[in-house]
Amino acid sequence: MQFAHDHILSIILFIPVVGMIPLFFISGENKQATRWWGNVVMFVDFLASLPLVFWFSREAPDQQFKFIERHNWIPSIGAQYFLGIDGISFLLIMLTTVLGFLAVLSSWTSIQERVKEYYAMFLLLQAGMLGVFMSLDFFLFYVFWEVMLVPMYFIIGVWGGPRKLYAAIKFFLFTLAGSVLMLLGILTLYFRYHADTGLYTFNVLELMKHTWPLNLQYWVFWAFMVGFAIKVPMFPFHTWLPDAHVEAPTAGSVILAGVLLKMGTYGFIRFSLPLLPQASTNPRIVKVMVVLSIIAIIYGALVSLMQRDMKKLIAYSSVSHLGFCTLGIFALNPHGLQGSVIQQVNHGISTGALFLIVGLIYERRHTREIKELGGLSNVMPVYATLFMIVMLSSIGLPLLNGFIGEFTILQGAYEVSWRWAAWAVAGIVLGAAYMLWLYQRTMFGPCENPKNQVLKDLSFREIMTLVPLVIWAFWIGLYPKPFFNVLDKPVNAIVERLNPDFFKAAQSARAPAMSPPAAPASLEMPSHAAGASH
Amino acid sequence: MITLQTADLVRILPEIVLSIFGILVMVLEPFVAAAQKKLLGWMALLGVLAAATATVRTSFEPGLAFGGTIAADEFSIYFIYLFLLTAGLVILGSIDYLERNHAQHGEFYALVLLGTVGMCFMAASTDLIMIFLGLEISSISTYILAGFRRADRLSNEAALKYFLLGSFATAFFLYGIAFVYGLTGTTNLLGLSARLMEPSQWTTFARVALVLMFVGLAFKLSTVPFQVWTPDVYQGAPAPVTAFLSVGPKAAAFAVLLRLFLGGFASAGTVSFWILWISAALTMCLGNLAALWQTNVKRLLAYSSIAHAGYILVGVAAGGSRGISAVLFYLVAYALMNVGAFIMVAHLSGTGERLVQIEDYTGLAFERPGVAACLAVFFLSLAGFPTTAGFLGKFYVFRAAIHSHLIGLTVLALLNSVVSVYYYLRIVVAMYMREGKTEAATVELPWPVRTALAVSVLGIFYLGLAPKLPLGLSTLAALPLPK
Repeated sequence: MQFAHDHILSIILFIPVVGMIPLFFISGENKQATRWWGNVVMFVDFLASLPLVFWFSREAPDQQFKFIERHNWIPSIGAQYFLGIDGISFLLIMLTTVLGFLAVLSSWTSIQERVKEYYAMFLLLQAGMLGVFMSLDFFLFYVFWEVMLVPMYFIIGVWGGPRKLYAAIKFFLFTLAGSVLMLLGILTLYFRYHADTGLYTFNVLELMKHTWPLNLQYWVFWAFMVGFAIKVPMFPFHTWLPDAHVEAPTAGSVILAGVLLKMGTYGFIRFSLPLLPQASTNPRIVKVMVVLSIIAIIYGALVSLMQRDMKKLIAYSSVSHLGFCTLGIFALNPHGLQGSVIQQVNHGISTGALFLIVGLIYERRHTREIKELGGLSNVMPVYATLFMIVMLSSIGLPLLNGFIGEFTILQGAYEVSWRWAAWAVAGIVLGAAYMLWLYQRTMFGPCENPKNQVLKDLSFREIMTLVPLVIWAFWIGLYPKPFFNVLDKPVNAIVERLNPDFFKAAQSARAPAMSPPAAPASLEMPSHAAGASH
Repeated sequence: MITLQTADLVRILPEIVLSIFGILVMVLEPFVAAAQKKLLGWMALLGVLAAATATVRTSFEPGLAFGGTIAADEFSIYFIYLFLLTAGLVILGSIDYLERNHAQHGEFYALVLLGTVGMCFMAASTDLIMIFLGLEISSISTYILAGFRRADRLSNEAALKYFLLGSFATAFFLYGIAFVYGLTGTTNLLGLSARLMEPSQWTTFARVALVLMFVGLAFKLSTVPFQVWTPDVYQGAPAPVTAFLSVGPKAAAFAVLLRLFLGGFASAGTVSFWILWISAALTMCLGNLAALWQTNVKRLLAYSSIAHAGYILVGVAAGGSRGISAVLFYLVAYALMNVGAFIMVAHLSGTGERLVQIEDYTGLAFERPGVAACLAVFFLSLAGFPTTAGFLGKFYVFRAAIHSHLIGLTVLALLNSVVSVYYYLRIVVAMYMREGKTEAATVELPWPVRTALAVSVLGIFYLGLAPKLPLGLSTLAALPLPK
């Protein structure tokens, strides 16, 4: 037990990799055995991640990073096998293990060709994603970040739709271009650290303790920004996303939207902000990031309204939702950051579930055209009900998870500027519009198309792929306190790092008057940051 | 007058062993029945293993031999092992290839062994004349090997082209040596560096000599603008020979380049630096851009090997012990992935090398998942993906380059490696993502080939995941060269 406790992260990380090995010995003909094995491995991986839930709050309460594992890997360049998690990565890891299992479960009938390779790719992908969220060594992080590209590329390119080749290559080259820039940023920090201290290290915690010259911070910030923004994807870099989503198989889309996109926002929170505090708080940079986020929110929503293909609609809605996440990050206050992480989890739940829902109908009808569907609530009541809940959670209806995330982000944005919040609210309104309209067009009305009249409702397995996500959505919506508790510490540490006086300023502002809301106090922050940077 | 001593012989023991085996194979060839010619291949492989054992003996007796013309130091031993690895893999991959193409002749193996002797001498020499001899030995063997499919027009063209341009380049090199001798009165590298210590001694003549010698080597390295022969020769030569050509002579030329530019001519400073800088930049860009348009896998790999020469030159330009050890590490990684890829291509191409277009690989992964996975590993490693040797090699070179403040060159190299991913992936796309039946899927892979491929794949992951030992060795091997 002690061993399992000390190496819990490695165990979670390597279960999928080790699980790949028996897969090679199962005959390719025996598809059923392959499916069982793939599902069992993913489920075991999920079970292995469960102890984290119980241990997390009790483990080393005074440490920022918990469950640390650290070994030398390539000493001559200073790369280490260094894992550790805080509240932010903890939530994203849980999201990954849950969604990973559900995505694999959902592929039971939809994948009929090259089944063995399919499950092998998913297991590899799972390990890559988990590694990204666990690594505290930049070199290790980069390795996982890149490794995860290959299986996703194959998943889109082999099991994808008609334009899979184009989508797969586009996805690959976009992400790769971004990550090479990110690598350049990492190397810059690495060499600068060596020049200043004489040590070669990729240890993120060590690098965070270092004070970087301002000029270098700007360069590295933009290098990281492109790398992460392509992954998120932020507004001008988002063009790969609709293609990749539309062509990917259902489970691929679920993982792509649910987890992969979070790697970009995670990168901003974990690396950009704490490593480069002066650059991240520079008013001009903040403005650029916020404007791009708001454009993504509005533009993503408007484009969603225009879509005829369900999957494309949800893909563009991801652009909009992720815009909220980046807006929250660059509000640079506790509310914004907490909201952003919660919203990342929410988006994983809601959009993951939405892609599953689209996949379910696609498997039955082999089309995703909205106009081909209609009145499905008459023939598939269970499906319609689950779709309703998921859709409402995506819109941000109170009692469901989306509301909590969006509300907290808006709170954070409002504390900086009411204009930001106003734009974001417009995005929420548009979001409600396209989702409700989608639901109305596909579920309500008379069911006239004869092909739709014979559709079967969901099977038990299919229901089970959605139920955990619905439960999680209600949990966050009704009782989000545990999630905020977990996030409190890491988020406050980041804010403290960005603006050492933030909490002092907030306290002194609270003391004298209850009068105008928190806004003026927090408004000082960007101006203060400007002062610090010059 | 140089007297022959035992220590001298021990210091060239690997070369002696290889030569003996090479000559033995040649002598025994007429006495072996046509059906048994395979045995000669195994004998050559035995020669490689014997030479590897002999190298261990050599490493116990480091030092200069033959009046300071040969050095048995960490640097040369590292390279000898690299050449032996390459030769061993190539022989393993050739035995069945020659059988299938009805070209099973003992000379092939003898030439591979003798070519390897030449390369070993190139890496071990500390005298310009010895370097030249090594260059000639290895070149002449490879000229013949390139034309080994005698009945094939392309193979003949390749051999002739390689021979004509190669001789021209060696002449340049020799001309350079003559200039140097005229200027300094010595051909010994140590003597040279002693006489060319001061920057003021770098007269126009000395610079011309430097450029001439670089041109001679650049031909072997196939750096721009001396790369024109590469695609034609790589395409025309039998694929296992291409595997040999693309690694052996190139690595040997890099060994000479390192000894010359960072050793004997270290004081040339800016001249040699800018030569290296410009040819690195041009080679990377042209290699990668040209590779984008290729439809023939062998030509594509030829341009990719040009691009890789560019990356390695970045490491040479970086210089210092970091740069040298990065180059050394990269060369091993490059040897594993390139030889592996070419051997695979050789065997997928069928009799007479008919199947060498990218579309010939369409749908290969459906029928031969293992073969496709192997090839995918080679290409991903060539593209520089993490967990593979290719990534760490590049990382190490770029690290050395940034350390020497070659920021521009590093950025260029990074951009190039992004571009390169596109053409490597084209083959992966063909294998995995296009539907189709391919004749290549029917090819049998005999166990010697499988062994060679397994060694390459495992080596790639070993270097990529646990590179502690190889990195240590490459650092050690960089020690003998002056900083």
